[in-house]
Amino acid sequence: MELQAVLMAAGGGSRMTDLTFNTPKPMLPVGNKPLMWYPLNLLERVGFEEVIVITTKEVQKMMSTDSKMKLDVKMKLDVVCIQEDGDMGTADALRHIQQKIKTDILVVSCDLITDVALHEVVDLFRAHNAALAMLMSKAHEFTETVPGQKGKKKTAEQRDFVGVDHSGKRLLFMANEADLEDGLSIRKSIMRKHPRMHIKTGLVDAHLYCMKKAVVDFLADNKSISSIRGELVPYMVRKQFSKSTTGQKIKEDAEEQNQKKTDNSTNHELLISSRDEPLLQLAQERSCWNDHRGDMSEAYHGGKLRCYVHIMEQGLCYRVNTLAAYIDANRLAPKLFEEPAVHPSAVISERCQMGSDSIIGALCQVADKTSIKRSTIGNSTSIKEKVKVANSIIMHGVTVEEGCNIQGSVICSNAVIGRGADLKYCLVGNGQRIEPETERTNEVIVGTDQLMEI
Amino acid sequence: MADSGDTEGAGKNDEIERAKTEGKELTKEEKQRLRKEKKQQKKNKEKKEEKASQEGGKEKKHVSSESPASQPTTQTQTQKAPSAVPAQVPVPASETPAPAEKPAKSKAELKAERRARQEAERSSKQGKKGEASQQAATGKPKAPPSELQPVVKRLPEHVQADNPEVLKKLAKKLERQQIPLRSDYGYKVSLFSHLHQYSRKAPLTQQLGIPSTVIHPAIVRLGLQYSQGIVAGSNARSVALLHAFKQVIRDYSTPPNEELSRDLVNKLKPYISFLNQCRPLSASMGNAIKYIKKEISNISSQCKEEDAKSKLLNCIDCYINEKITLAAKAIAKYSIEKISDGDVILVYGCSSLVNHILYEAFEKDRKFRVIVVDSRPRLEGREALRRLVQRGISCTYVLISAVSYILPEVSKVFLGAHALLANGYVMSRVGTSQIALVAKAFNVPVLVCCETYKFCDRVQTDSFVSNELDDPDDLIVTRNGKTQLEHWQQVPSLGLLNLVYDVTPPDFVDLVITDLGMIPCTSVPVVLRVKNVDQ
Repeated sequence: MELQAVLMAAGGGSRMTDLTFNTPKPMLPVGNKPLMWYPLNLLERVGFEEVIVITTKEVQKMMSTDSKMKLDVKMKLDVVCIQEDGDMGTADALRHIQQKIKTDILVVSCDLITDVALHEVVDLFRAHNAALAMLMSKAHEFTETVPGQKGKKKTAEQRDFVGVDHSGKRLLFMANEADLEDGLSIRKSIMRKHPRMHIKTGLVDAHLYCMKKAVVDFLADNKSISSIRGELVPYMVRKQFSKSTTGQKIKEDAEEQNQKKTDNSTNHELLISSRDEPLLQLAQERSCWNDHRGDMSEAYHGGKLRCYVHIMEQGLCYRVNTLAAYIDANRLAPKLFEEPAVHPSAVISERCQMGSDSIIGALCQVADKTSIKRSTIGNSTSIKEKVKVANSIIMHGVTVEEGCNIQGSVICSNAVIGRGADLKYCLVGNGQRIEPETERTNEVIVGTDQLMEI
Repeated sequence: MADSGDTEGAGKNDEIERAKTEGKELTKEEKQRLRKEKKQQKKNKEKKEEKASQEGGKEKKHVSSESPASQPTTQTQTQKAPSAVPAQVPVPASETPAPAEKPAKSKAELKAERRARQEAERSSKQGKKGEASQQAATGKPKAPPSELQPVVKRLPEHVQADNPEVLKKLAKKLERQQIPLRSDYGYKVSLFSHLHQYSRKAPLTQQLGIPSTVIHPAIVRLGLQYSQGIVAGSNARSVALLHAFKQVIRDYSTPPNEELSRDLVNKLKPYISFLNQCRPLSASMGNAIKYIKKEISNISSQCKEEDAKSKLLNCIDCYINEKITLAAKAIAKYSIEKISDGDVILVYGCSSLVNHILYEAFEKDRKFRVIVVDSRPRLEGREALRRLVQRGISCTYVLISAVSYILPEVSKVFLGAHALLANGYVMSRVGTSQIALVAKAFNVPVLVCCETYKFCDRVQTDSFVSNELDDPDDLIVTRNGKTQLEHWQQVPSLGLLNLVYDVTPPDFVDLVITDLGMIPCTSVPVVLRVKNVDQ
């Protein structure tokens, strides 16, 4: 088998706590499908038959009851539950399942919605015998107004600095603004080997990594690394150019490895070597190809550890980890699939005006004289007469009484909107009750128990 | 002229074959003749409206060119009357001396039969000649010569990309093996429209599932490396292929009720089709595959699976060691005798063998300098230049357009080869024949270095019939911010041609240095025969 897929679905959604109070992030509805359905669908479309899903018990319970997951996902899901405390990082989770991993892995995050041609990333991994291949995309500006935001100013997110070589494929440098205190410093050895480096800041990391099995084994030995994105990837990118992994003979490597094993030292080196290494070396020597030109060194500068990145120029790539991203994803995700906009089991009265870009979920009831534009209505919601819904997301089990006017808002599950309420750019939390005839603009309406969480 | 040359060559081949299989050919010849008759009768029915006058004229010409060719073949045989008859009809010319050796039928009966058949064949020839002349016009010169050979040779499918039936057959075969079909890209120049042309931006893996289950991951990786050019060069491709096969064999387990010797060969077939789709196989790869298949089929059924596997892995290691590593050493030893102090050596492109020879010569303290000739679009010479300079050899670098300027300085030309064909022609990177030609004009000796495992028994006299078309977008280059050829597909009369190989005639090659010694170009069929007898 070539690759094993691992889906990380234990994340808490720390940047959108209002949404995830009652519903864990992997099960948030986007276009009336749970969020984790999208990466699973991507893997299924590409041809995977089995996925290891790392998640919490709560999500596992919800998965088994959700009809979408049961019907649409035909792959075999191997669910591994971990504790919900949130102290376990993604790398810790990989260490947890190390026994299940028999071959190279493809790690996907549950909040990724994309239509990327996955073979682009995996081809880089295969062709160059890379230790790591990842996916990044040009960041999109979020155009929709986010409820609860005071003013148009977005909080300055920590930027990522990504350095790639002249071909745009080889990853040379990766650091987050938070880690760079004084400035961005680049080692001379990198500059000598790759004199032309492009540093990009406007990229979104899709959190899709293709890694060699040796990396997982390395993680098992090095317990200090807890996050893939935050620690493992920058470490590997740096390690590409460190002296110990370049230009050494195979025998020396093997001897060192043996020595280290007998010493029982904790700092094990990340060594990528395969059987028949001499044959591979011979093939590379005899081949008249080089990945760079202008200096005297051989292909890849003799380095054994290589990290590659595929940067998507066009196409959809969203990481739904903030409220703005969630709203945008709801707008665009339905375009990925050709499912009918209106679920067949929904009951919609004839005198309802429904735009073509709205989605109505199963078992909905929409009464007369309502107008629904550019919105997503979840399953089992009931919308009474004379309601105007525009640019909004209404989740499952919501009741909207007559005469309401809902614009640009997010209504979470099981909420009740009283008669004649007027909500503009609001976020109504889970199970909330909006009093009739209220007018709210740009507010986050959550229960007091939610407010207690910090 | 090319035709008669071919028939002579074909005649010689027949002699060799006949010498080997005397006595067995009779019934074979009969069967082949009957088969041909049936074919021709079918074709005759289809093509009855062909122009008769054209055929008449062409046939006369063809017959006159055939008769001198057929006469030497008949004269060398000590046959009686039957040999005089076939001078008129070209096809059975080479076959007819053989029937005289038949003891069973009487000669009169044979004569009568033959005359009747010849009449039928001559009338059906009318249709066939018209067809053949038309096909020759569209660049398929192999059709007429193939009629003269007694063995019916089929055109390999990779040179019939413009024949829809062949394409359909190929698609069916690939579907059976669950391998996606790679589609051709862009407008093909008409002379080469019978070859496949693929784009590097549309890799075969697009249509494969990501955790490839049908094809072993090592083979997928290899196919990708071939199509992207990461593994390029005859030796490198063969070594990488054998390395991937080793992994396949390691991961292989015999299914129940199957024999390893038969099942493993069947498993390898789809992999080979896949690699062929990624990039057409080279002659060296073909020979390596033949060797492995032979080794696998020779495994006895008593052998346990683990023993069989380790034996196969050993065989592969031995093959690489003998045919590539040791051969390179032997060739280097012979070549060093030919390199003297003060030499100026010209090399073309990046040949791993030639580079190896130059390293060895430099180690042995020969004083020489090298001129590296390079050509677009591959510009492999830059890599050769880097490797030589890294060792301390002093080099000059020119592009192929300057080769006639630089040749007066050159004392020897060393060329690498992709394959050595059975008629002594050298198949190598495009541009090699040009260099050999110019060197000949300047009276500079041309030495070709080639290991024996690259010898193949194909016969080719021109670079059109069997070649490889690379991605035409490689020819697009951006200078000063302008890319002139960016929209070449929209210009209807423009076609980009990126040939990979060309064929050098043996007249331009002075010596071939192989691991068996230094031989003239025309001794290649002898080496092939010796190899076949050995194996």
